[in-house]
Amino acid sequence: MQLPEPDPDILGRRDAIIAGLSALFPHDRVSDHVIHDTASMRVFECDGLSAYRQLPLVVVLPETTEQVSKVLEFCHRGGVKVVARGAGTSLSGGALPLADAVVLGLGKFNRILDIDYANRCVVAEAGVANMAITDAVAPDGFFYGPDPSSQVACSIGGNIAENSGGVHCLKYGLTTNNVLGVKMVLIDGRVVEIGGRHLDAGGYDLLGVITGSEGLLGVITEVTLRILASPEDVCALLLGFPSAAAAGECVAAIIGSGIIPAGMEMMDRPAIHATEEFVHAGYPLDAEALLIVELDGPSPEVEYLVKRVQDLAQHSGANYTRISQNDAERERFWAGRKNAFPAVGRISPDYYCMDGTIPRARLAEVLVRISEMSEQYGLAVANVFHAGDGNLHPLILYDANVPGELEKTEQFGSDILRLCVEVGGVLTGEHGVGVEKRDLMGEMFTDIDLEQQQRIKCAFDPDQLLNPGKVFPVLHRCVELGRAHVHGGKIPFPHLPRL
Amino acid sequence: MQAFYPETEAEAADVVRAALSENQAIQVSGSGSKQGWGRPVAADVDLHLSALQGIESYEPEELVLTAKAGTAMAEIERALAQKNQTLAFEPPDLGPLYGGGAGSGTLGGIIACNLSGPARIRSGAARDHVLGLDAIGGRGEMFHSGGRVVKNVTGFDLSKVMAGSFGTLGVMTSITVRALPAPEKLRTVLVFGLDWAQAVEAMGAALRSPHDINGAAHMPAGAAALSGADYVSVANRPVTALRIEGPGPSAAARCAALRELLAPFGETEELHGHNSGLLWREVRDVAALLPKAKTCIWRLSVPPASGALVTEALIAATGAEAFMDWGGGLIWLSVAPGLDAHAGPVRAAIAECGGHATLMRAPEAMRAAVPVFQPEDAITEQLAARLKGVFDPTGVFNPGRMKPGA
Repeated sequence: MQLPEPDPDILGRRDAIIAGLSALFPHDRVSDHVIHDTASMRVFECDGLSAYRQLPLVVVLPETTEQVSKVLEFCHRGGVKVVARGAGTSLSGGALPLADAVVLGLGKFNRILDIDYANRCVVAEAGVANMAITDAVAPDGFFYGPDPSSQVACSIGGNIAENSGGVHCLKYGLTTNNVLGVKMVLIDGRVVEIGGRHLDAGGYDLLGVITGSEGLLGVITEVTLRILASPEDVCALLLGFPSAAAAGECVAAIIGSGIIPAGMEMMDRPAIHATEEFVHAGYPLDAEALLIVELDGPSPEVEYLVKRVQDLAQHSGANYTRISQNDAERERFWAGRKNAFPAVGRISPDYYCMDGTIPRARLAEVLVRISEMSEQYGLAVANVFHAGDGNLHPLILYDANVPGELEKTEQFGSDILRLCVEVGGVLTGEHGVGVEKRDLMGEMFTDIDLEQQQRIKCAFDPDQLLNPGKVFPVLHRCVELGRAHVHGGKIPFPHLPRL
Repeated sequence: MQAFYPETEAEAADVVRAALSENQAIQVSGSGSKQGWGRPVAADVDLHLSALQGIESYEPEELVLTAKAGTAMAEIERALAQKNQTLAFEPPDLGPLYGGGAGSGTLGGIIACNLSGPARIRSGAARDHVLGLDAIGGRGEMFHSGGRVVKNVTGFDLSKVMAGSFGTLGVMTSITVRALPAPEKLRTVLVFGLDWAQAVEAMGAALRSPHDINGAAHMPAGAAALSGADYVSVANRPVTALRIEGPGPSAAARCAALRELLAPFGETEELHGHNSGLLWREVRDVAALLPKAKTCIWRLSVPPASGALVTEALIAATGAEAFMDWGGGLIWLSVAPGLDAHAGPVRAAIAECGGHATLMRAPEAMRAAVPVFQPEDAITEQLAARLKGVFDPTGVFNPGRMKPGA
C-alpha cells in the first residue's frame, strides 16, 4: 500500500504552517487546539486499521464550525492537505494521516444541539458518538437506526463519511437512509447547509453523494438525523446448524417467506468457538454455523414471526434452537457476536477484518472457497457475517511479527474481495474503501466509471486537498478530467461553469 | 425536432454521440408521462427511452430487480406481484395528474424524478431503493455506478445524484432496484373532523407510537368528498388516515391499539384491504383528491410539524385547496393560475420553515417564467452547477428542465 509522496515544500514549511494554524485559535488556548509534538501526535497516527501508521504534519482540534472554516481556508490558501478525523475507528484507513497533511480532528464537536420529537429528528455535532444519539432519545421511546459495532465510540460525522451500517441496517437502512441534513465546510472555508428537517432534496441530491464520500468532499460539522419510535418488543432466536449451507438455506427461507428481521447474523465454527471461550454466551460448540435472528416490532407481530422463523429453521435442518425469554438472554445471544473481533484477537496475535458483500445465494460456495484459500495461504479464518444482507466479515488470523505474514494476509484478503466481486457482490459493504481497498477499485469499476467519480471530487475540491490517497487508485489532475469535447472550437451553452 | 426510440443501450449512446458531434441539445424522456414537470426544454433531438425496455433480471430470493430504464412501471409491478413483492417506496402514477392515462410511466421516469408515495415516511424515497445503474454521460461514454446488493459503500454513490436529476445529468439505460416482501394485510384507521393543526398532532402521535405506521395523510372535507373510498367519501368532514401493514394478527392488534390512542382526537373508523388500497392510491397519485378547476399544483416538502401552519397560511393567502401526506411533511396545493401560481407566498412559506416547493403543474409559459424547482442558496447553486458540469460538460441533456440555461 503506497501513499502519495509527501510534498517536500510542505514538510519544509511545517513551522510556518503550525504558526499559521495556531493564530486561528484564542492565544491562551492554542495548546488545546494545535498538537504538534511527536508524542502527542502519536495518538493520531492510525485509525482502526492499525496495520498502517503515519505521523501527521500537525493535528488541529477546532470546536466551532467557524474555526473549521478558518482552518480549511488557511490550508486551501497554502495548498496544505487535510485529513478529517472523527473518532478514528475506520477499518479501512479512511482517517490514516499523511506526512504532509493536517489532521483535522472533530472530537470537540460533542454536543447534541436539538432533540425534536415533533419532527422526529435530532441535530447533533459531528463528533457525537453514534450510541449517544440513541442514548439521548431512548428514555422517550426513540432510537437511531444505524448501529455499527463500534457505536460506543464511532462519531456520527464519521458514520456519514463512511455511510456506516451495522447489525440492524437490514431493516432500518444504512446511514444514507437515515440522514436528513448536514452542515459542511468546503475546502475553501465556505459553509454550506444541505437538507434539514424535511424529506428529500429540492434539486440535485448532494446529501446522497456526500454520504459515503470518505472525507474527500468536505468536512461535516453538524448533522440532522431521523429517529424512529422504539419497537414495542424484541426477541432473538439462536439457531445452530450442522453446515454453513443449511444455515444459508435458512436465511434464504426467512427472506423468501417475506420476513425482514431486524438483524440476522451468522458465525462459522471457528468464530463460535473463539467467542464462546471469551464471553460464555452459551453457544452450541458442535454447530458448524450459528444464526442469530432478531425480530422486533409490535408485540403481536414479534410473537407471530418468532414462531414462523422457528418453523423455517426446523425445515432447514437446525439442530439447536433457543428463543430469548427476556432482554438479558437476548443480550447474551448477542454478546458473542458483538465481541467476535476481540475474541478472535485473543486467539491470534493479529487479525485482519475483511468486508465484502455477496448475493445471499452464493454464501455456501463462497465459504468453501475461502476455506480453500485459507489452506493455500496457511492462514486461519473465522467468519462472521451479516447474513441478511450478504455482508461478509472474514477475519484472517496472522502474526505481524512473522516476516512476510502481513503481506501474505493482505494478498489473501484481496483474493477474498475479488471473489466477492466475481460472484456478483462488491468490495466493501460498510467499512469503506479508504487506503485498504483503493487498489482493488479496478475490479469493480472501469477507468471511465472511476473518472466519473473523481470528477465529483473535483467539483467539491478542485485542488484535491481533502484526504488524498484514499478511495481512488490513480490520481488524475482535475483539469485533465474536466476536458469536454469541443467541436469546431465552439462550446455549446457557454454560460455553464466548467472545471 | 428529430425523435429517436433506441432499443438498445448502444443505439441510445449513438444518438447521444451524434448529437454531441453536432452540438445539438437532447430532450431525454421515458414515456413522457411527466413531461409537464419542470421547465420547458429547448432541444434539437428528442430521445425517447420507451423502447429501451424489459426486465433484465429479477431474483426474488435476493430481493433485487434490474430493468432497462424505459420499462413500464406496470410491467415491473406485475412481475413483483407474482412473487408477492413490491417496491417499498410506493411509486406514484402521476400520468393522470398531467392529463395522460394511468399506468404509462417508466422505471427511469420514476427514478429520474425521485418520486415516492405515502410510504416514504417509513420506507425511504425512490433514491434509497436504487442499488445501481448504467448511464450514458455527456461525454458520450457509458458509465456504471453501484451494484446489485444493498450493503455497498464502494466508491461515490452516483446513483443518488442521478435519482432526482430529471434527465439533466445523463441518460440512464439500466437500473437495479431493491424489491421487498409485500405486506400480508393492509388496514387504515380514520379519524374524523380534525382541523389542520389537530390532524398534524394526531398523525405525530401515531408516528411517535410503536405501532409502525407507514402512511399518514389528512384530507379536508372537500378532498375527502372527492375520494372513492367508503367512509371517506361520505364523511362530510375532514378525514385523517393512518395506514398499518403487516401480518394479519399484528395488523389487527395494532389497529385496535391505534384507535384507542387516537380516540381523544375524534371519532375513528377502520378501513380494510380494498378501501384502504383505493384511498392510499388516491393519496399517492394526487389527481383524484384535488379539484379540477384550480389547475396549478404545488408540492411542498416541509418539516412535518410545520405542515398545518404552512397549509393554513397558504390557503388564506391564495385560496388554495390542499391535502397533506407524510404526517404533515408533504403538502399538495391546487391554486388558480393567476400571474405566477402564487409563487410569492409559497416561496415565502418555505423561507420561513425550511424545505422545498415545486410547481408541479402549470401552463408551459408560466413554467418558463416562474422557477419550478426550489431556488437554492448561492453555494448550493454553485455546487449543483459544478455537478452538472461533471456529468454533462457541454449541457446537452434536457437544457432548461430544472433551471434556465442548465
